[in-house]
Amino acid sequence: MLRDVVSSVFLLLGALSCLLGALGLLRLPDLPARLQAATKPQTLGLLLILIGTAVRLEFENAATLVLVILFQAVTAPVISQIVARSAYRTGTLDRDLLVVDELTERMERERAGGGARGADHGRGGAGGGDRGRGR
Amino acid sequence: MTIVFALVLGMLSAAALLTVARLLKGPGTLDRIAALDVFVVLIVAASAVYIAIYRDGSTVPLIAAVALVGFVGSATAARLVERWERHR
Repeated sequence: MLRDVVSSVFLLLGALSCLLGALGLLRLPDLPARLQAATKPQTLGLLLILIGTAVRLEFENAATLVLVILFQAVTAPVISQIVARSAYRTGTLDRDLLVVDELTERMERERAGGGARGADHGRGGAGGGDRGRGR
Repeated sequence: MTIVFALVLGMLSAAALLTVARLLKGPGTLDRIAALDVFVVLIVAASAVYIAIYRDGSTVPLIAAVALVGFVGSATAARLVERWERHR
């Protein structure tokens, strides 16, 4: 009985969080804001739903669900970062809206200073150089 | 308990509908990738609710697999977009 109540609360909160995240994904104006809505409420919602599910299962399966939670918590920021970087490099991102823009400064500094600094040059340098030519 | 499950599944379905709307509308490919990633998360969440309803632990590894494949797919797609634009 107690398990049912706890599980219900977690499941409802999680589903609400997922719904709000999806609403933000649809309503927010530009890509960084949408990524925000796509990452944080979704992770929280999935976490709560998985906890609510784990309460109702026996121990072995609940342990596997913890694994899924950990995995989601690790991968969601990575996806968000990759998508945002890709938007930044391809110029889809509106740079006038950014308050802090450290990546451009850093890329310009590295290009001015010769750029070639080990493994970091391979990807960062190539993207920076390409963008420099494009604009 | 049945009402709770119905509510939860209803909210998840509404979230999935909103996500699909963004997927169809999305001005850029990256918006669509973000929407697809959210959609995979919602699928995982709905499968978890299924497990909670039937108390059926045998589907738990499936959830882990879907989460993993979703991550690899989104990451690869985002990298691919970056490369496309560079060759344009």
